Amino acid sequence: MAGADGDDSLYPIAVLIDELRNEDVQLRLNSIKKLSTIALALGVERTRTELLPFLTDTIYDEDEVLLALAEQLGNFTMLVGGPEYVHCLLPPLESLATVEETVVRDKAVESLRKISQEHSPVDLEVHFEPLVKRLASGDWFTSRTSACGLFSVCYPRVSSTVKAEIRQHFRTLCSDDTPMVRRAAASKLGEFAKVLELEYVKTDIIPLFTALASDEQDSVRLLAVEACVSIATLLPQEDLETLVMPTLRQAAEDKSWRVRYMVADKFSELQKAVGPEITKNDLVPAFQNLLKDCEAEVRAAAANKVKEFCENLPEDNREQIIMSHILPCVKELVSDTNQHVKSALASVIMGLSTILGKDNTIEHLLPLFLTQLKDECPEVRLNIISNLDCVNEVIGIRQLSQSLLPAIVELAEDAKWRVRLAIIEYMPLLAGQLGVEFFDEKLNTLCMAWLIDHVYAIREAATSNLTKLVEKFGAEWAQNTIVPKVLGMANDPNYLHRMTTLFCINALSEACGQEITTKQMLPVVLKMSNDQVANVRFNVAKSLQKIGPVLDSNALQTEVKPVLEKLASDSDMDVKYFAQEAISVNGNVLSLILSHVLLSHLHFHVHVFTFDV
Amino acid sequence: MSAVSASEKVDGFTRKSVRKAQKQRKSQSSSQFRTQNTPIELSPLPQLKDAPSTDQQELFCQKLQQCCTLFDFLDSVGDLKSKEVKRAALNELVDYLSTNRGVLVENAYPEITNMISTNIFRALPPSDNPDFDPEEDEPTLEAAWPHIQLVYEFLLRFLENPDFQPSIAKRFIDQKFVLQLLELFDSEDPRERDFLKTILHRIYGKFLGLRAFIRKQINNIFLKFIYETEHFNGVAELLEILGSIINGFALPLKAEHKQFLMKVLIPLHTAKALSLFHAQLAYCVVQFLEKDPSLTEPVIRGLLKFWPKTCSQKEVMFLGEIEEILDVIEPSQFKKIQEPLFKQISKCVSNPHFQVAERALYFWNNEYILSLIEENIDKILPIMFSSLYKISKEHWNQTIVALIYNVLKTLMEMNCPLFDELTASYKTQKQREMIKEQERDELWKKLEELQVSRTSEIQNNSHGFPAALNNNNSNNNNNDPQESSGDVEATDS
Repeated sequence: MAGADGDDSLYPIAVLIDELRNEDVQLRLNSIKKLSTIALALGVERTRTELLPFLTDTIYDEDEVLLALAEQLGNFTMLVGGPEYVHCLLPPLESLATVEETVVRDKAVESLRKISQEHSPVDLEVHFEPLVKRLASGDWFTSRTSACGLFSVCYPRVSSTVKAEIRQHFRTLCSDDTPMVRRAAASKLGEFAKVLELEYVKTDIIPLFTALASDEQDSVRLLAVEACVSIATLLPQEDLETLVMPTLRQAAEDKSWRVRYMVADKFSELQKAVGPEITKNDLVPAFQNLLKDCEAEVRAAAANKVKEFCENLPEDNREQIIMSHILPCVKELVSDTNQHVKSALASVIMGLSTILGKDNTIEHLLPLFLTQLKDECPEVRLNIISNLDCVNEVIGIRQLSQSLLPAIVELAEDAKWRVRLAIIEYMPLLAGQLGVEFFDEKLNTLCMAWLIDHVYAIREAATSNLTKLVEKFGAEWAQNTIVPKVLGMANDPNYLHRMTTLFCINALSEACGQEITTKQMLPVVLKMSNDQVANVRFNVAKSLQKIGPVLDSNALQTEVKPVLEKLASDSDMDVKYFAQEAISVNGNVLSLILSHVLLSHLHFHVHVFTFDV
Repeated sequence: MSAVSASEKVDGFTRKSVRKAQKQRKSQSSSQFRTQNTPIELSPLPQLKDAPSTDQQELFCQKLQQCCTLFDFLDSVGDLKSKEVKRAALNELVDYLSTNRGVLVENAYPEITNMISTNIFRALPPSDNPDFDPEEDEPTLEAAWPHIQLVYEFLLRFLENPDFQPSIAKRFIDQKFVLQLLELFDSEDPRERDFLKTILHRIYGKFLGLRAFIRKQINNIFLKFIYETEHFNGVAELLEILGSIINGFALPLKAEHKQFLMKVLIPLHTAKALSLFHAQLAYCVVQFLEKDPSLTEPVIRGLLKFWPKTCSQKEVMFLGEIEEILDVIEPSQFKKIQEPLFKQISKCVSNPHFQVAERALYFWNNEYILSLIEENIDKILPIMFSSLYKISKEHWNQTIVALIYNVLKTLMEMNCPLFDELTASYKTQKQREMIKEQERDELWKKLEELQVSRTSEIQNNSHGFPAALNNNNSNNNNNDPQESSGDVEATDS
């Protein structure tokens, strides 16, 4: 067997390198993806002295190959001989971190961040940190953007002089000439702030944050908003007002909607970071403005946060703030001109009922729910219905049921099958909340109608919906309401509907139990084995396989087996195939009891085998 | 929702036409107007032409100030009277500026640029349609266009005015102004981008001090487009301006310009929406090559690097650009690049997509390319032969088969002995390739076997001692009581 230093006779490096150089990109890519195999063949020594220099020198290749290489190198530490040699991986990764293609560069940075942890503190200063500095002062913007992601991983583990240098480099990149670099720096600002000592957060990060937040490019400013969350979390409460709030206020009223959108999108995080006092004084009015923003994008983002924002308000005067400041805005949003805004609101508005309690919900929220239930946009209605459980807890669903029914019926017949699909998925939940009586009276027909929908996905969903309903309401209910209708479809002239019967039986047999399956379902299935459509016949075979475990062994032997044997000699190839499969599987079921007996015997054999060794 | 027709219900999908119609209903957008608390009512000022000449300048400035009021055009019924007053004033300003001399006195410049900035510089509204496909969908038009158009018109007349003095204007038309102007190129409204194109071109022509800055900012816009967002509506317009800028570059080309070619223009070819600006882009590339033929090799290598892998439509565009380049290539440059280039072309002619194959085969209709091929037939024929030979028997499309037949005939006439030799050795060549393929498979199989054994070795070693120090350890493992079952079987056999 070969030693850890590789086997020259079998795998001369030239052959391996030939593979990495192959003219066909796909083959090169395959070779690179198996780079660890090559390295293993070479052993750690030659990987360090021959393979890595080759990779560093021939870095010009298709981006796809480079991406694979960048990823591989992140997991190479053991292959070059462990942490003490990990710095050998830096030269190729450094080149990769300067490549134009973003995905390659990002992957290289990710790998560099990963292996930075495997460097000893000394190696970090001797090898890693100089690399970061070189990247940070590179000519082309790509290396400088890559550098931005590396500061925070080495900062905590280097000496204070090196720390000062790193901070200086970061400062320089924050005011870089190229917006791409400033964006990269801004996006890492929060992360970098987290590893800095508090005094430097105040003296270094805050000025950078303020500058980036008033950058000429909105794409930079909006990234500063993201950093704002981390920075605010780091600072003591008394500094927030002077150091962070001026910038945040400015961002909430930025002339670019993208920045305002970002504020709205990060609102809950910001709220948590600045604490209850500032929330009360500053964020409430800011949030009101965002809910009334002139751009629908911003309003939608803010509407999405309504519930979370209200939840996190300080409890002492939460109700008062919501009732007098937030609710008026919410009322306006219910009749917004933009459907995305309305549907964003509809997805969270029900959550307010738990916060406001029964009386307020009935008086103030219920009218809004009802309006949204009648909205022209199906998504809005759907979002309301899908969150009914929140209201159910507070006021009970009965309050809504009168308006609910028309809305459900309309969605159930919506022209878009995805809408129908979505409402089916909420049926079990609704059934649970509305109770069996209401269901039988109003919704049962809908559930049965979906079984003959012209879209397969709907029929499929309708089938599994029935299963869930039976699990909720029990086998007896199934026997009285669902099973007769399902079995009735077995005589439908449309073969797709006949197949639906089989699919339903597959899904329901377990929930209905042995009695119903054997006495009511099985005869229908067996009768369908004579269907003239082959698709129905082979689905009979599949169904028999499926319901086999539910049946008793007597029924299996005397009724199922003969039918399957008949199908196994069918003229259609597929029918034969599935029948044979069912026979072998059901055979296994039959022999299950037998196998239990055998098991201990087998066990004994295994033991003997093991001791032989 | 009640208006859903029966035909639409058939498969549940809305017909494309229906979706289109819904979109067109609200194809106007504007974020120019940010809720102003007090709507200002405008009242018409006296006509400029009726005023005594001594008061005209004063009135001109008043009108400029009046035109700084902004209106909400999404509200189509509000402020109708004031909107009309502003429209008339703008019209009059345009007219006054283009028919009178001596209007552009020094203190009019700040008033003019202020009016322009107030009106046109705005955060562009979010796109109505997040997956806007510029080729398929109707663009969202700027709702405030009735006013904005006149402001652009005015800006253009201002820049083109014979009295216009860049030395005064540069205090107002500065870097910040240009930067905001460039951001507007992202407008979805093609009318606006068209104005911007002409305006930026005039500014580039008149303000020498801004040229480098403009080029750098365009650079940044393109880099952001390529590597970050893949979204910018004005790429074609900016490239069109660049086309004429490149035309004017002095020789020898500065390193900055070459870098722009290689690091910006060539990567622009990777964009998903290449078809929207490919003509302009190819023009820029060819301009560069006409200026400096020594760039041909890196450019073609760049295109080969970014050659489309799955998008046939883009592949056809690439082939078109290659032909444009070959039209101006110098024979000495051709020699440098012929091998990698014809390897790609040989892949293209055997492409199952007939438009790609057809486009590549059309090269043989080009007299100049034909003469280059003939000159280098010894190199090119061996590269092209096997795919042409193979595809001549296999391609599904009869037009392609006919074209291939002609190309083979042409190539044969260029060097008959070589052609015969290649035909004769075709089979052995194929066999040799197959053997090589098998060898590769075996190599990798062996490597993988090795990996399996090494991995288990490393796992065992990870208990304490580093792998490098344990060359003799690999055979001792079999007595280890904590064996995995796989190894047990191996020992057993």
